[in-house]
Parts: sequence; structure tokens; C-alpha cells
Amino acid sequence: MYNFNYYRPLSLEEAAQVLSAASDGKLMSGGMTLIPTLKQRLANPSDLVDLSEIADLSGIEAKGDTVVIGATTTHAEVADSEVVKSQIPALAALAESIGDPQVRNRGTIGGSIANNDPAADYPAGLLGLGATIKTDRRQIPADDFFTGMFETALEEGEIVTAVSVPIPKKAAYAKFPNPASRYAIVGVMVAQGPAGTRVAVTGAGPGVFRVAKMETALEKNFSANAIEGISVPAKGLNADMHASADYRAHLVGVMARRAVTAAG
Amino acid sequence: MPDSGTNTGIGASVRRKEDFRFLTGKGKYTDDLNRPGQAHAYFLLSPHARAKINGIDTNAAKQAPGVVDVFTAADLAADGVSGPICGWVVTQKNGEPHKSPAVSALASDRVNYVGEQVAIVVAETLAQAKDAAELIEVNYQPQPALIKMKDALANGAAQLHDDVPGNLCFDWEIGDKAATDAAFKKAHHVTKIDIHNNRLIPNAIEPRAAIGDYDSGMDMMTLYTTSQNPHVARLVLAAFMGLGPENKLRVVAPDVGGGFGSKIYVYRDEIVTLWAAKKLGRPVKWTAERSASFLTDAHGRDHDTHAELAVDKDGTFLGLRVSTLANVGAHNQIFSTATPSYLYGCLLAGQYRTPAVYGEVKTVFTNTAPVDAYRGAGRPEATFVVERLVEKTAKEMGIDRAELRRRNFIPPDQFPYQSPCLVQYDSGDFPHLLDRAMEVIDYAGFSARKQASAERGKLRGIGLSCWIEACGLAPSAVVGFLGGGVGQWESANIKFNPTGSVTLYTGSHSHGQGHETVFAQIISEHLGVPVESVEVVHGDTAVVPFGMGTYGSRSGPVGGGAVYKAAQKIVEKGRKIAAHLLEASVEDIEYAGGTYSVAGTDRTKTMAEIAFAAYVPHNYPLDVLEPGLDETAFFDPMNFTFPSGAYFAEVEVDPDTGVVTVLDMVGIDDVGTVMNPMIVAGQLHGGFAQGIGQALYEQCVYDENGQLLTGSLMDYCMPRADHFPSFRTEETNQPCPHNPLGVKGCGEAGAIGSPVAMLNAVIDAIGVNIDMPATPEKVWRALQSQAQAAE
Ligand SMILES: Cc1cc2nc3c(=O)[nH]c(=O)nc-3n(C[C@H](O)[C@H](O)[C@H](O)COP(=O)(O)OP(=O)(O)OC[C@H]3O[C@@H](n4cnc5c(N)ncnc54)[C@H](O)[C@@H]3O)c2cc1C
Repeated sequence: MYNFNYYRPLSLEEAAQVLSAASDGKLMSGGMTLIPTLKQRLANPSDLVDLSEIADLSGIEAKGDTVVIGATTTHAEVADSEVVKSQIPALAALAESIGDPQVRNRGTIGGSIANNDPAADYPAGLLGLGATIKTDRRQIPADDFFTGMFETALEEGEIVTAVSVPIPKKAAYAKFPNPASRYAIVGVMVAQGPAGTRVAVTGAGPGVFRVAKMETALEKNFSANAIEGISVPAKGLNADMHASADYRAHLVGVMARRAVTAAG
Repeated sequence: MPDSGTNTGIGASVRRKEDFRFLTGKGKYTDDLNRPGQAHAYFLLSPHARAKINGIDTNAAKQAPGVVDVFTAADLAADGVSGPICGWVVTQKNGEPHKSPAVSALASDRVNYVGEQVAIVVAETLAQAKDAAELIEVNYQPQPALIKMKDALANGAAQLHDDVPGNLCFDWEIGDKAATDAAFKKAHHVTKIDIHNNRLIPNAIEPRAAIGDYDSGMDMMTLYTTSQNPHVARLVLAAFMGLGPENKLRVVAPDVGGGFGSKIYVYRDEIVTLWAAKKLGRPVKWTAERSASFLTDAHGRDHDTHAELAVDKDGTFLGLRVSTLANVGAHNQIFSTATPSYLYGCLLAGQYRTPAVYGEVKTVFTNTAPVDAYRGAGRPEATFVVERLVEKTAKEMGIDRAELRRRNFIPPDQFPYQSPCLVQYDSGDFPHLLDRAMEVIDYAGFSARKQASAERGKLRGIGLSCWIEACGLAPSAVVGFLGGGVGQWESANIKFNPTGSVTLYTGSHSHGQGHETVFAQIISEHLGVPVESVEVVHGDTAVVPFGMGTYGSRSGPVGGGAVYKAAQKIVEKGRKIAAHLLEASVEDIEYAGGTYSVAGTDRTKTMAEIAFAAYVPHNYPLDVLEPGLDETAFFDPMNFTFPSGAYFAEVEVDPDTGVVTVLDMVGIDDVGTVMNPMIVAGQLHGGFAQGIGQALYEQCVYDENGQLLTGSLMDYCMPRADHFPSFRTEETNQPCPHNPLGVKGCGEAGAIGSPVAMLNAVIDAIGVNIDMPATPEKVWRALQSQAQAAE
């Protein structure tokens, strides 16, 4: 780890201010991705702005037909939340499937989506449920937020403050975890609700993506049989020592069908 | 048989005495120790798998804030300090000794693997040392790396070491080639396999660490280190690395968090840290980061084998032929020649009467980390070859897997049994192990269970392994005959304290095994002292008698034997003291369970009274009796011990994804006398976890340039508790005839017998031969190819 200045602001305004004043500042939420990166000397920020003490950024609330989750809410809090478990059980299960207890108790939803790891679970969750990402500047639909591998629509210095997730009629997340890291080799969120019928896939490609053919088929007939023959092309999917592109393409079909069955 | 003593004696599931400190975070590992005024070391590791070093510029690093000094190979060479050594000379087919390249203390003119230590930076803080390391300029000239064994052996391949032509470490053979060829001529059926034993990275929970300390007043060097064998480390450092003499070097291996073989060896970072402390006149501390452990700890296994079994029409084994390529990595270490030769080849007959066996092994240098003994060391590899071959034979001949094995077992009345592979098996009852294993797993009920799985769309499989191993690394004479460089006895010193408690000093070293409990039980059993009154001390060359340490499942059979022998000496000394106190002749003194009595009378003395008299000899016949109650014994048994077992694994495969779920794992073991059933079960469970890890999850992967792709726990899959069902183990007891406790060693057993049982189960489920680890994609692909072939 290289030296840096450390700040723990108490308000969003202060955080934004410190960040914009820094020559190469970086936000820190749960630190589960950032700290290992610093320890391996792969990043060298001048200033670290820790969001964990900003009270309004954390918490879960049902608001009308949505559930709003603050950016610094941990995965464990989402997994254990009565609100999430009763309104969007698929999202609670997704949070429960992330990493291990240590990671779930530190890692946050804001950090996860800002990082947009191609194997992270929340991108599939939020895209599949048609969520909206709130920042200190604007609201961004999930469809526009996740722009590529480790890339998002966030501008320089923009801070994720919360996500607003419409409550679906039915939804389920099926994940094929990497046995070592527990990140998704393939994860599929299937949902039907106010945001339409959606199938969002993480892990398989360079970034989260939707499968239009499956969505159309499910719109007509929400059953595993309806998507039985639909496959995604292996071309362009991720390939590494854990899973080839072919195998990932195959798993997208399997996980999508399992999610549909689980969603009922 | 031992006397039955108190309820903390042999055979009791005494709770582990050491666990209180471990579970409450009060263990003292090397990294927990700090010496006054210590500086911190960081090693610069090679980023290249193969490169020439044209120069190293450390000037900028030396000027960096907080830096005490920076050293490279030249500094160590100037002081006559050299690098790791090989401890075992293997004689090749052509009669010549194997090739061991000379290894410098830090990489000098070339690097041969990613992670090879190139320079040490010593600074006031670790962060400063790491900062400074970035300023070292190494002029590397990268060269194409040789990662695969066949590439390293290819004609015209580049030579990794000037003194090793063809990158061949040795070409060795065992058994009778002519007899084996003749057996194959008579064969009704020949089963053939080509298999790979996957390369593993040990990953002890405690990374390696070292602190060097030099006392100039005493001219005494001390090395605190994560060693499984501190006296061996001291011997090697003093005799071969230029860091002696032995009497001026103390090696302390305090609490050590797991070794699995990887902490047997003396590594470059330990050598250099110790040397730097003396050079700088201040303590120097180094602890490996997990990523450095992945790169620099000795790896395990990595064999490619072609093997054939010749069988007659009834399924009787006639002959076995095995040809193996074994990767030794970039250079040799202490056991890297012994492991793929004797520790492997001697077990190729397995539990069977196969009359003719011939094995040949070539070991190969490659641009990968050194490979050496890892839990089981050679014996899991041998078991893997034999039990894959037997299972495949059963399938090909349409004979039940258990029945085929039973037809070929060495019968119980044939022990001791001279194997065609040099060793003489001591005892065993293989049919009994198999019978019991079949009962416990409910072998007869398997087809119904398979049917039930099929109804749920799952493929169920069962796999068996009947294994034998040689452990309790001892007979010095045999080890010496086969080329080993040291003796393989063990020592123990029992000191009674005047108030009746005992301190035991053992040459064995515990790094998780539970010696503090089990050795106390031996004392309790034989000297009538409760385990709470026995302190077991190990790991410090300044304190314990010279000992050979712990590996090769040797502490129970060999270290325990030494404790027993020392206890018998105490009993005999005590008998003389009792005779004196009770005014009887020595011949009339009887001893049982910690009490001496005069035969036929009710006059007695307890061991505590004897101990007190020994140290307060006010009225003592000093002409015939020395004060004190303090005895040392060295034990060097006549043979290895030969634990054996029958293991069943049962799995279910999800054909949609290829995921293997372990449903059951049953192990019936003969580990001789069971001294503490709970600890034996714990050793077996740990061995199963490691073995199943190898079968299903673990795989070290280098890319073609020699970069380690599985360099962290995010990519190298260690087994976890939630991968497993509750293991079921049982011990039968065929006491080992040539050590006084009758124990056979249980530390490696689980890791030896389980990988192949597990792989056999997966192959049974899917009906296609695959290699370990049986990862989901591999299993899924095998099923795809089978489906295609069926079309
Ligand atoms: C062993 C391990 C296993 C894991 N397994 C999984 C898994 O199975 N599934 C999964 O999805 N994830 C997994 N993760 C990732 C983890 O869940 C976290 O989500 C992830 O580390 C990021 O969240 P964080 O709060 O720790 O963010 P941090 O590490 O603090 O930050 C990550 C990045 O986001 C930026 N950032 C943080 N907060 C904000 C904000 N509010 N606005 C703008 N930018 C911000 C930071 O500047 C940084 O660049 C795993 C991580 C580990 C270490």
C-alpha cells in the first residue's frame, strides 16, 4: 500500500467537496475491492474518502412500489432485511449468495455497482429488476448505468447514494458460483413486474447483459419450457481457466431456466 | 501391551491440550514474535519464469527512506552462503547419481521461475522495504520458459541449468523388468491408462516466516522459523549453507500453523534472513504474504503416468508396468528426489499379490516453483495409479470392483509380505477392511440409491480405493541404503520434576498434529501421571534433544516410540529407587500404573514419591544410584509402518452443469494402535478434505509463459467445510509389530486414499475417464462428448 490521506466525512456534501479537492481522490465504501487493490499496489490514490459514516447513505426502506437501498448498505443487511425478504426475496437471496460472511458484512451495494465487476451479482440483480441508481447529481436507469467491464455511467466524482428497486410480481436469481472466489461464473436474474419481463446475465460476458429472445418468450409464457431452446452465442463471452465461453453460454441457459422455475 | 493406566492414557479421546491457546488466539507463531530493535525484510521476486540477469542496480533502493541495506546473490556468495540443497541421492538406471544443480542463496545470473528470490531489502518498516524494492533495477533478459515436462525433455530444449543436460534430474527404475514383460506375454487382458496427478499448492494457514537474530556477545545466531524440523534446519544451515557452526546456531520453530510437507525444507528466504541479521547486527523479520506463499512454497504432485495392468481370465493380476514423468520444478529441495522415486515406486504393488512389477520414473526440471513432498508424498500418486487401473480393469472385464480386489488381495496370513517393490509390508487384513467398508457404505444398496438419483435427474456414482502406504519415516539403515542423507530415528527426554509432574522434551515437532496431548497420554499410560501434569516441549534446538522433526507420519510410530522407550527407562530407574526406599531387592519390586510395590506385600511407593526421593536424595546409596529422574531415549525402528485402508466415496453429478456433490465418504483404516480416537479421526478428516480437494477442486495452473494463474485464493480453490458431508471413519487395529506402541501413523492416510476413491466415484457416475480435478466444466464436457459419441 502506498501512502494516502484518509478522510471520513459526515455528510455527502463534505464527501463531494473533499473528493473534488483531491488530486487523485478515491471513494471507499466497504473496501472489499479497493483495499486489496491498494495492498497489491495496483492503485495509488492521493486521498481516500470513506463513505461509511454518512448516515443518510445507509438503510433500507419500502417507498410505494419500490424498495430503496442506501449505497453503503451492506450485503448482509440486504440479505437479512425483512423489507427485502418480503418484497423482493430474489434480491435478498442474491445478496446472501455473495462471497463469504466477512465480505457480506463489509461489502456494500453502492461499492459493488460502482465497481461493476463483470462477475458481480448486483449488476444482474439491478438490471433484471429494472432498478434506478440515484447519485448526488441525478437518477440513472440500470439499463444506462452498467456500460462495460468495470465501466459505469458515473462521471468523475459522482457518488452513488441509493438504488431504487421496483417490486416485481415474480423474480428469482440463479447463480453458478466460481468455487474459489464465489463470484458468479454465470448469474441470471429473471423478473416480471413493473419493469417488464427481464432476463439479466452477469459473469458470462464482459459486462451484465439482457437476453431479448428469452424475455420475449417469457412474456408470452413464463415457464422454463418457453426458453428451453434459446441459447446465447458463445462468441464474445468470457473465457478463462474456470470456464470456457461455450460452457458459460450453456450455463446461461441452465441458470435462466432454473431462475424461471424458482420464480414460479 | 501397555498397562492400563489412568483414564487419560492410551486409547482415550483426551481433548487437545494445545487447543485452548489456539482457539483463544494465544498461540505464538513466528510472526507473533518480535525482537527488540528488529528491522523488516522484503524479498524482490522474479516476475519472469526464465531470464538471464545481466545486472542488478540497488543504489536507488539503498538510498530510499528507512532502508537499512539491500543485498543480492553476490553479497551472500562473498560470505560463503549458499542455497537450498537436496537431501537424498537417487541412483539412476545407469548407476549414476541424480543431477542436482547448484543453487545460490539468491538468484544470481539467472532466474528459473516466477517468484524466485532475487534481492532482500531490509528497512525500518515493511512498507519502507516494499517501497524500496520497487526502486531496484534488475536487468532481465527474458527467455522462453519451459513449463511442460515434455517440452523440457524435448530434443534441443534449452538447458535450465549448466550442469543438468536435457533438464533430466534422474531416470530411475524399480522392480523386475524381465519378469514383468514375461507376465504381460501371458496376459488375457491388459488395462491401460494415461493419467495426470494434478499439481497442488499446499497453502498451510500460516504463511512461512522467519526472524534472524544475532547475539554478538555470545556469537550466537538464532533463527525463529516456521519449520517442521528445527534440528534438521540447523544441521542443513550449518553444514551446507555456511551458517554454522551448529553449536553457534539455535533454531526455534514455535507454534507452526500447518506444514503438510511445505515447511520441511530450508528455503532461501530463511537462509538470507538469518544471514542478514548477523551481517547487520540487528534482528531481521520476514513473513511471506499469501501471494508469495503461492509462488515460493514447494508445490506437490504433478505426475504424468502411463500404466498397464496384465490380468488373466479370472481377473488375477499378473504384472504391472508404470512409466511416470514427475515435475521437480526449477531446482531440487530436501525430499524432491526421494518423493517421486522411493516414496512412490515402493508402493506400486498396493494391496495386491501382483507378482511382477516394473516402474520407471523420469524427473524433470521446469521453469516452475520447486515441487517436493506434500502430505502423502509419492504415496497418493502411487495409490492413484494402482487404484485407477484396478477400477478400470473391473469395468473392462465386467467384474465387480470389490470382487476383483478381493481376488487379488495379499491374504492376512502372508505377513510380513515381501513386495516386488523393495519394501516388506508388516501387517494388515485387507479383506476385513473392505468387508467393513462395504457394510458401512451399504454397497449392496447402491443400485437402489443410483435409481433414486436417476429419478431426480442426477447421476450417482460410487468409487473405491484399497490403499496401503509406507510411513513412519524411520529405519535409518534403510533410508541410508536408499540414498537418504540423514538418520531417521527420533528422540525423547523425560524429566520428572521433584513434585511429581513431568516435562517431556521431544524431537518431534507439532504443527497441528496434537503431540502435546498424545505424547502426554503415552506418559500418562506408562508413568501414571495425569495428562495435565505433563508438559510437552518441542521446537527449540537449545532445549530439546536432537530430533528429526515431523513429516511422513513419523511422530506417532517413531517419536512416540522414543517417548515409550524413555518412559521404560524411567520405570527401571524408579524401580531401583523404590527398592532402596522400600528396602527390598530390585527383583522383588513390581510396577504397575505409576505405583511400585514389593511383590506379595502391601508396601508401595507412588511415582511422585519416587521422583521426590530422586531429587532429595538425603539418604541415598550414591555408590549405586544417581540422583535425578531424567531419561533420554532414541528410537530407530527396524521398518517403515504400513497403514492401509478401504475407502468408499459416493457422489451425485448434475448433468446440466457438471457439478459434483459429495454425498458420502467412508474410510475404514488400519492405523495400528489408536492412541487418541478423536485425534485420529481429526487427522483422517483433514486428510479427506485435502484428498477431495485434489480430486474435485485444486489445480495449480501456470500459463505458457510460466505466470502462475492460480496465484491467489480467488482462483485456487481450496476445499471448504460446505463442500463435504460428515465423513465416516472407523479404525481397525492391526498393531504394527516393530514399534513398541503398535502404531502405524495416520497423518497422511486420508490424503493418500481419498483422491482416487473420489475420482473413481465421479467416473462411475458419468461413465467417462477424466483427470483430477473433476471440475464442473470437465465433467460437463465429458458428458457432452459421451452424448455425441452415442449419437
Ligand atoms: C473474497 C471476495 C469474494 C467476493 N465475492 C463476491 C460475489 O460472490 N459476488 C459479488 O457480487 N461480489 C463479490 N465480492 C465483491 C464484494 O461483494 C463487494 O461488493 C465489492 O468488493 C465492492 O463493494 P465495497 O463496498 O467493498 O466497495 P469498495 O471496495 O469500497 O469500492 C469499490 C469501488 O467502488 C467505488 N465506490 C464505492 N462506493 C461508491 C459510491 N457510493 N459511489 C461511487 N463510487 C463508489 C470505489 O471508489 C471503488 O472504486 C467479493 C469480494 C471479495 C473480497
